[in-house]
Amino acid sequence: MKILIKGGNVIDPANNISEKLDILTDGKVIEAVGKDISSPDAKVINAERLTVIPGIVDIHVHFRDPGYEYKEDIISGSRAAARGGVTSVACMPNTKPALDCEALIQYVKNKAEKAGIINVFPVGCISKGLKGEELAEIGELKAAGAVGVSDDGRPVISSILMRRALEYANMFDIPVMSHSEDLGLVDGGSMNEGYMSTYLGLRGIPKAAESVAVTRDILIAEEVGAKIHICHVSTANSIDAVRQAKKRGVRVTCETAPHYFSLTDAACDGFNTNAKMNPPLRSAEDVEAVIAGLADGTIDAIATDHAPHHIDEKNVEFDKALNGIIGLETSLSLGITKLVNTGKLTLCELIKKMTYNPAKIIGTDRGTLSVGAPADITIFDAAEEYVVDVSKFASKSKNSPYGGMKLCGVVKKTIANGKIVYDGGGKE
Amino acid sequence: MKHLLGLKDVSADEIKNILDTAEIMKKRLDEDIKKFDELKGKSVITVFFENSTRTRLSFELASKYLGANAANITSTGSSVAKGETLIDTVKTINMMAADILVVRHSSSGAPKLVSENVDCSVVNAGDGMNEHPTQALLDMLTIREKKGTISGLKVAIIGDVKHSRVARSNIYGLKKMGAEVVLAGPATLLPSQLEELGVRVYTDVEKAIDGADVVMGLRIQLERQRAGNFPTVREYSKLFGVNEERLRLAKPDAILLHPGPVNRGVSLRAK
Repeated sequence: MKILIKGGNVIDPANNISEKLDILTDGKVIEAVGKDISSPDAKVINAERLTVIPGIVDIHVHFRDPGYEYKEDIISGSRAAARGGVTSVACMPNTKPALDCEALIQYVKNKAEKAGIINVFPVGCISKGLKGEELAEIGELKAAGAVGVSDDGRPVISSILMRRALEYANMFDIPVMSHSEDLGLVDGGSMNEGYMSTYLGLRGIPKAAESVAVTRDILIAEEVGAKIHICHVSTANSIDAVRQAKKRGVRVTCETAPHYFSLTDAACDGFNTNAKMNPPLRSAEDVEAVIAGLADGTIDAIATDHAPHHIDEKNVEFDKALNGIIGLETSLSLGITKLVNTGKLTLCELIKKMTYNPAKIIGTDRGTLSVGAPADITIFDAAEEYVVDVSKFASKSKNSPYGGMKLCGVVKKTIANGKIVYDGGGKE
Repeated sequence: MKHLLGLKDVSADEIKNILDTAEIMKKRLDEDIKKFDELKGKSVITVFFENSTRTRLSFELASKYLGANAANITSTGSSVAKGETLIDTVKTINMMAADILVVRHSSSGAPKLVSENVDCSVVNAGDGMNEHPTQALLDMLTIREKKGTISGLKVAIIGDVKHSRVARSNIYGLKKMGAEVVLAGPATLLPSQLEELGVRVYTDVEKAIDGADVVMGLRIQLERQRAGNFPTVREYSKLFGVNEERLRLAKPDAILLHPGPVNRGVSLRAK
């Protein structure tokens, strides 16, 4: 079915477009972008006063499938994505079994295609079984459709294994997506080290546990000339390490998550396990540094690290609670509320970090509204306020620290591959 | 006050009220027949997931002296050993008409989690590295008895501050009661941004003890710390132990407190 989106404020960073335009899709790809397009046989969506962007590309999610389907599965995760305006995700391989072979990559792709909601790009393991011992069959993973490799959830402890992974993955031109963490420095900590960890009597995780490992991984990538993507940066020094490396011409990209620019470790007060994640929420200075890194281009992409957990895994003692929060259904509005409405980024810059840039990192042609590109389109009201109600989330899990928070920016429609996959109502 | 989860949530007036009551109650210990009825018909359950001598026994005996039905469970002899969660365990106890749960747990925040899942009162008997409010109340009672007041005193807390819930509760309580609190220990055993709790922090024990009215020694929490925070017990004792010579730096009438258990010869060395 053809869809004609009329009169929206179209933002397409890849093509430097930010104006009131119409978009016509032929049911699969974008057929035309321009003024006063008419198409008698198309379903018309009136996007007056709404913003129209490429479907959001979130390159860091956990869909927990196979193995932990009680937390999330590929279908529920896809619905959560669609509700958040996300049309493409890269899902991390720390499932059970871990995505370390061709058959498992195909399982994820097949299930996602059969569901037909959004595009799910699997990330394969760096090491067999995420054990950090031997390389997984990265060539075969790539051939099966993996868009990157990562042992996300745990770091590659061995520096020589990291070096080999970078050299080896580089042959296939897929990024090593590094969860950079020095577990020795973590030393059993469960939140950021600082005043709040002292106040709560919780073991602190020093910031250097992240920045030391980020620095190591960048230096190894630099030496072998390979592409590296640093996942979820959260500290000022990690960001600075990336900034300096980019100046030296290292092929490094990085992402941060909405919680690192919207919350500090103060959110852990009262032993709030929905503020427990890894890396942990940091200090106010780090939040400032994340925002500065987004503004000056050091941080390429915003990805949610959507990490669903069952309530029984969160409603426990803080140090026993599992790490992570869900994020797919709040990322756009957090970006608008905390970055755009505060004047830190323009809406166009935010959208670029949520569409075009992350698409480039995983090497897909999505994240643009170019004619001929797959019709992945998100329509939202950038001015509408709402109060986050976790019970309305499409995700199977509800572990979000944003419940009850007033945010700005409401997704009205999500179109993936030319099909409306989320319809939040509104004007037609 | 329904729960006693920590002194960070308790006001100076409430602390004073508790200490005044404790003063009266303490006299009861000298009675010939220790059977009273303030808690008659109430059930007090001590739920201890960590080892304890003093705290558990004092709760149990106090409950009994005041006429309550006292019972206790520990992690090893209970369903916890079968994998039951903390919340399920305490909900079950709550259903048996418990009035007060006294909880000790190795995880900071566990008593608060318990209080959110039961309708009876919860008393924190020590949670992880967070708080041990009744120990601090006892310390404040002792200080008040010996010194007549808490306000204006200089209290030096020495040792493994990082892993000490007793230190934290004492900091919150003593500050609220108007004392000046100074802390000292090796840098590896001082938690991050400790000064922001309104205390002075030293790595030189002698500076901390200088002119103190009260010196409090802390045990090295070997069960809570990973190896290597200091080279040897010998060096620790030499640099950070509270000994007679160092105590001479305190005021002549200074008192020495230690929450116990004492690792003799390490954190304290007798003359």
